[in-house]
Amino acid sequence: MNFDFSDDQKYLRDEARKFLEAQCTIAEVRKVLDDDTLGHNAEVWQKVVEMGWLGAAIPEEYGGLGLGMLELCVIAEELGRVLAPVPFSSSAYYFAEAVKLAGSEDQKTALLPGIADGSFIGCLATTEGPGAISESAIRAQFRDGKLTGTKLPVTDGDIATHAVVLAKDGGASCLVVVDLRQDGVSRKTLKTIEPTRGHAEIAFDAAPAELLSSGAGNGMVALDQILNRAAVLLAFEQLGGASRCLEMATEYAKERQAFGRPIGGNQAIKHKLADMYVKNEVARSNAYYGAWALSTNAAELPEAAAAARVAASEAYWYASKENIQTHGGMGFTWEVDCHLYYRRAKLLAVQAGSPAVWKEKLVTALEAKNAA
Amino acid sequence: MDFKDSPEEAEFRAEANAFLSQHLQPKVANGIRPGNRDDFLKRAKDWQKIKAENRFAQITWPREIGGRGGSPMQQVIWNQEESKFDAPTAPFAIGLGMCVPTVIAFGSDEHKQRYVQKALFGEEIWCQLFSEPAAGSDVAGLKTKAVKDGDEWVINGQKVWTSGAHYSDYGIVLVRTDPDVPKHKGLTMFIIDMKQEGVEVRPIHQASGGKEFNEVYFTDVRIPDKDRLGEPGMGWKVALVTLMNERLAVGGSPGPDWAEIMDYARSSGSMTDAAFRAKLADWYVAAQGYKLTKFRTQTALSKGETPGPENSIGKVITANHLQDICNSAIEMQDHFGIISDKEHAPSDAIFQESFMWAPGLRIAGGTDEILKNIIAERVLGLPQDVRVDKDKAFSEF
Repeated sequence: MNFDFSDDQKYLRDEARKFLEAQCTIAEVRKVLDDDTLGHNAEVWQKVVEMGWLGAAIPEEYGGLGLGMLELCVIAEELGRVLAPVPFSSSAYYFAEAVKLAGSEDQKTALLPGIADGSFIGCLATTEGPGAISESAIRAQFRDGKLTGTKLPVTDGDIATHAVVLAKDGGASCLVVVDLRQDGVSRKTLKTIEPTRGHAEIAFDAAPAELLSSGAGNGMVALDQILNRAAVLLAFEQLGGASRCLEMATEYAKERQAFGRPIGGNQAIKHKLADMYVKNEVARSNAYYGAWALSTNAAELPEAAAAARVAASEAYWYASKENIQTHGGMGFTWEVDCHLYYRRAKLLAVQAGSPAVWKEKLVTALEAKNAA
Repeated sequence: MDFKDSPEEAEFRAEANAFLSQHLQPKVANGIRPGNRDDFLKRAKDWQKIKAENRFAQITWPREIGGRGGSPMQQVIWNQEESKFDAPTAPFAIGLGMCVPTVIAFGSDEHKQRYVQKALFGEEIWCQLFSEPAAGSDVAGLKTKAVKDGDEWVINGQKVWTSGAHYSDYGIVLVRTDPDVPKHKGLTMFIIDMKQEGVEVRPIHQASGGKEFNEVYFTDVRIPDKDRLGEPGMGWKVALVTLMNERLAVGGSPGPDWAEIMDYARSSGSMTDAAFRAKLADWYVAAQGYKLTKFRTQTALSKGETPGPENSIGKVITANHLQDICNSAIEMQDHFGIISDKEHAPSDAIFQESFMWAPGLRIAGGTDEILKNIIAERVLGLPQDVRVDKDKAFSEF
């Protein structure tokens, strides 16, 4: 039984934590929070780029470090802990995984080195309106190499150089890749509940686009596979944030005095924080299983990814809302950091499909498995 | 990252499996074999003897006292393999898991000579007598008292929820020897002969309808002073050693899980219910969370490390999980769900049976509330609850 990260991977995690605690302080996150014109922290992003993490899971022949998915998982957890206000997930989980999975050789060669060295920023554009993504709800059209339609919200769409976009090619869904710096692309910044990550509305007006080779004709199927991979990485970000919420709430409960003793001596608080711990450990164990399935391309990836995502979304939701509650009135002030986690928790819970969507995916996977 | 045994672990697993196959039948559905209690006890004693003779009983114990001198991981592997067979192990779990280790830690050489081998080879069965009607979660508040009379102690009082008391030969009993000091400081532990005069075992009629547990009454029971474990007044420290072993002994909770309710839902056409599907996903995630967390603990054991505190989440998850699944299964069956008669009830009435067991599982071996306190205090480092009786003599309350 070896259900844990290797010593090298743990070393990478420790180094990432030290680096991020020094370079991506909460003050750096707040620079983005408090400035409506910013969608990310460019200084922090530059430092993250220089660490080479964007290429952790990109093969060396495409300019990456070729380490592997487990390495990307441990980095994701650390980015989640510090609420990194950078487009890492858009570039490294969604865009790079889409190109790795569905791109042609030419597309990989053209796009992945730029993602790995930070000269490109990728994003994934799927949603057009409220509700879960479905084949019938796609209105964006791809025809004769041109894309027309509007996507919103697109996480990091305000600063990305490239997007993978879900569209219709005639009657069938497809995934296309678009250079966002061309004519025919216009973007508007969106106001969201999570201002430390940029979001845009992107309008495509006959913008030049290219089919992702294996995404042709079955865009929803390809998207499903991409999201299964991204879900595991997101689960680690969520886990990092949820762990930090438990630490914050625990520290505060030990310090804050009421009725002559620390509030953490009361069972109402103790049991709440114990519940938080249990949910976080359930999330951690499911995330590790997702990491195993992702790194080995196991047949169990659909249910492992879905379980990782459901557990992590629940854990982060509970930890972030009860962290505010434990802090009392202080927790509802702009100056105390609790709300930053509450905001991020909700973004990450719905970004790749809401918990309800993933619960349904999980049960569908269990049905398929038990039918065999 | 993988789920494979190391070469040494695989070798031990194969050895264990070959041995088990030679002596036992694979487990039958529901693990229940026909036969009365005497049959079961005899089979359990026979199996324990065979295990001990081949050093598969108490794998982590040193070889000098009949163990295998093996690793905790080997014990885990043995337990996993043994659970695949129809192995009657229950009567020895508490004695060898909790009581005898306490005797080894605090008993005299004479005690060890007298008791350890007989317990190991299945000749004598032990029970643990701590809980009382007015002392459950706060077990240090127990009232059963012992008064010194020459070289003996005279014991009067009552214990409750004593598993296996009716077939036990010996027990370890925690009693109050000094009521005039704070409660934790007035306790003493003894070895007690369960077959002697003045010890009366009565079955408890549980809320679930069964009678698997007992209450034990002591009327002027005499225990020689030499059968004391630890100094007078040190009983709480001795009990903590016993209870530390309990955490290792408590396993998963038996009963239907997500797969069983999914089977039922498929057979009854309920898989189309969106609310059910969402709950099924939650159950799967919780069950996996429990199972995979055990894998993390085993990974630490496999590497020779001390497991982290994550294994403390186990019973908080499983007992509630079982109760929730059984409740949902009954509600899915609507009015018909109240039938526990196996002739009519779907799935051999496993949901109805476990529904009635589940409240007990949330209490046995530490209530949900005590387990959450333990996580809060020992893992998160939060302050202890208010204990107004902490520094006052027990007799003041």
